Amino acid sequence: MISVNRQGEVWVFAEQNEGKLADTPLELMSKARKLADKLGVKLAAVLMGDQVSELAERLVQYGADKVYLIEHHLLEHYQANTYAKTLHDLIHKYEPQVVLCGATINGRDLAPRVASSVKAGLTADCTDLQIGDHEVKATKEVHKNLLFQVRPAFGGNIIATIINYDRWPQMATVREGVMPMPEPDVSRKGQIVEEKATLTKEDLLVEILDQHTRPKKVDLKAARVIVAGGAGVGSKDNFRVIWDLANALGAAPAATRAAVDLGFIDKDHQVGQTGTTVRPSLYIAAGVSGAIQHQAGMSDSQKIIAINNDPDAPIFQIAHYKICGDLNDIVPKMIKAIKERI
Amino acid sequence: MPYNCVCLIKQVPDTKKISGQAMNDDGTVNRAALPAIFNPEDLNALETALQIKERYGGTVTAITMGLPSAADILRESLYRGADDAILVTDRKCAASDTLATSYIISCAVKKLDYDIVLCGRQAIDGDTAQVGPQLAEKLGITPITYMEELQELANGRITVRRAIENGWQKVRTKLPVLLTVTDEANEPRVPAAKFIMKYKNAMAPIEVEKAIRNDNTALDEQAVKQLIEDEIRVLEEKNLLIKQWDLGFLEADINWCGRSGSPTKVHRIQSVILTAKGSKEVEPTESGVSDMVHELIKEKTIA
Repeated sequence: MISVNRQGEVWVFAEQNEGKLADTPLELMSKARKLADKLGVKLAAVLMGDQVSELAERLVQYGADKVYLIEHHLLEHYQANTYAKTLHDLIHKYEPQVVLCGATINGRDLAPRVASSVKAGLTADCTDLQIGDHEVKATKEVHKNLLFQVRPAFGGNIIATIINYDRWPQMATVREGVMPMPEPDVSRKGQIVEEKATLTKEDLLVEILDQHTRPKKVDLKAARVIVAGGAGVGSKDNFRVIWDLANALGAAPAATRAAVDLGFIDKDHQVGQTGTTVRPSLYIAAGVSGAIQHQAGMSDSQKIIAINNDPDAPIFQIAHYKICGDLNDIVPKMIKAIKERI
Repeated sequence: MPYNCVCLIKQVPDTKKISGQAMNDDGTVNRAALPAIFNPEDLNALETALQIKERYGGTVTAITMGLPSAADILRESLYRGADDAILVTDRKCAASDTLATSYIISCAVKKLDYDIVLCGRQAIDGDTAQVGPQLAEKLGITPITYMEELQELANGRITVRRAIENGWQKVRTKLPVLLTVTDEANEPRVPAAKFIMKYKNAMAPIEVEKAIRNDNTALDEQAVKQLIEDEIRVLEEKNLLIKQWDLGFLEADINWCGRSGSPTKVHRIQSVILTAKGSKEVEPTESGVSDMVHELIKEKTIA
């Protein structure tokens, strides 16, 4: 661990895969920028890889004052040990006060390993970050300007705000999609600081034998309008009504975990705590009961239409338009109304 | 070649089946509304360990840190085929965050002979997925997270398929290894009748003590202690004693345990109550739906 260092910078781990920056650290930049401004310190991105220097400027455009660039042939592919060791050494060298990672698979693999070796606190899957003061009740001691790490817990039934006032850096991973992606500013200038990694072949603990990625079947995060179906849709065949409404609106079709588990639609379409977090202009939920885990992924939608035949369905509590009735009757009426007007 | 597997399990509140309010009025978690269960992905980790034992030989040891009631999931592990069960319980473990938890568990695992340490990818109470990678770091062994399939185990090397963002990768490493296992990896078995018969009386010392004290309120302390001691010895002889380890036995540095060992603290907890601002009921009729669509087009929510 490092001790409390008020001059320490705010850091964002700039995850890249195969030379492409991941979305989550970029989404994180606008929030991290605000945190750094509030604390009156610099915002730095930490970029590791092999031949990735051209990504550094982009991080500046997204809000970084500084980019720590660490290039090494052993960092070509992400591996827990090599990346953790490099980040660990860098934290000890510069003593940042805040270190943030996207809660991607790699971020959730890397951050705990670093927190363990640095012996610092780490909060997983934050949905918001703020700066605030904390009073220790027993001693009345007040710790000013801490990182408030806000996250759902107990399956989304509670929201906890976590702090770490003594063993720094204050570390957190942040959920994908919960912070809007900033617009890059091509005129921004920043400092690129080249750092060396001290790695040997023995640090590569695993051999990567094979790897496959495929693009997601749907980009829910970018959709302005989303039409989601739940278990109440009834069957895979009947899920056609969701597709039809989505097509009529030029919207993205989505689903609850229950509908995905029932095989109505591919997992790429899942919205919620274990799926994608979305914030569209309009979210239409049909046959969705509104479990807290689903709400966690869509409650920030600007407008919500809920269609359900159960008047007590929890989804109605967050809906702006509540339609109590059979979705098989209502959805075709909506499609008809849309086709008449557009 | 046989492999010794240590499987970390956790008793968690069933956050998907909440009856009533999750929070009490005083801001604490209402545990009564949350039935305690075997963390789902820990069952996938246990299943992986049991399959390794069946295929290659060796042992499966289930270990948990928790309240005395966590002995329930240790018994459930025995019912599925685990050979040994260890309950790490100590009041000084209370309020441990993931860093302190991984330290305490590392002290326990270091007392065991292991080739493969397994845990579920994450527990459904905190969903942090942190203790596994942190434990691997503390043990100084290779972590492989998000395992979806165990592919090969031969010549002291393990090959697995693990999830990556939007895909998968196949990786190989030398043992010892720590695996965090996802629910994609397998279909966990149900308890077997023969093991239920064999282990239904298995107990941890703290449970033995509680039962004997309840049943013998009239006896003096000396006699009660004797009864407890005798019963523990009997269970041990029958191989029905769930081992119980405290921080003293683990020789853990207390500064790294519990509240003092936990850098993260709770600043505030709020119950989630989401409500929409300005909501309206729409009649499920053609005109009701049509008016709503018209309104959304007018305000440009629908382009």
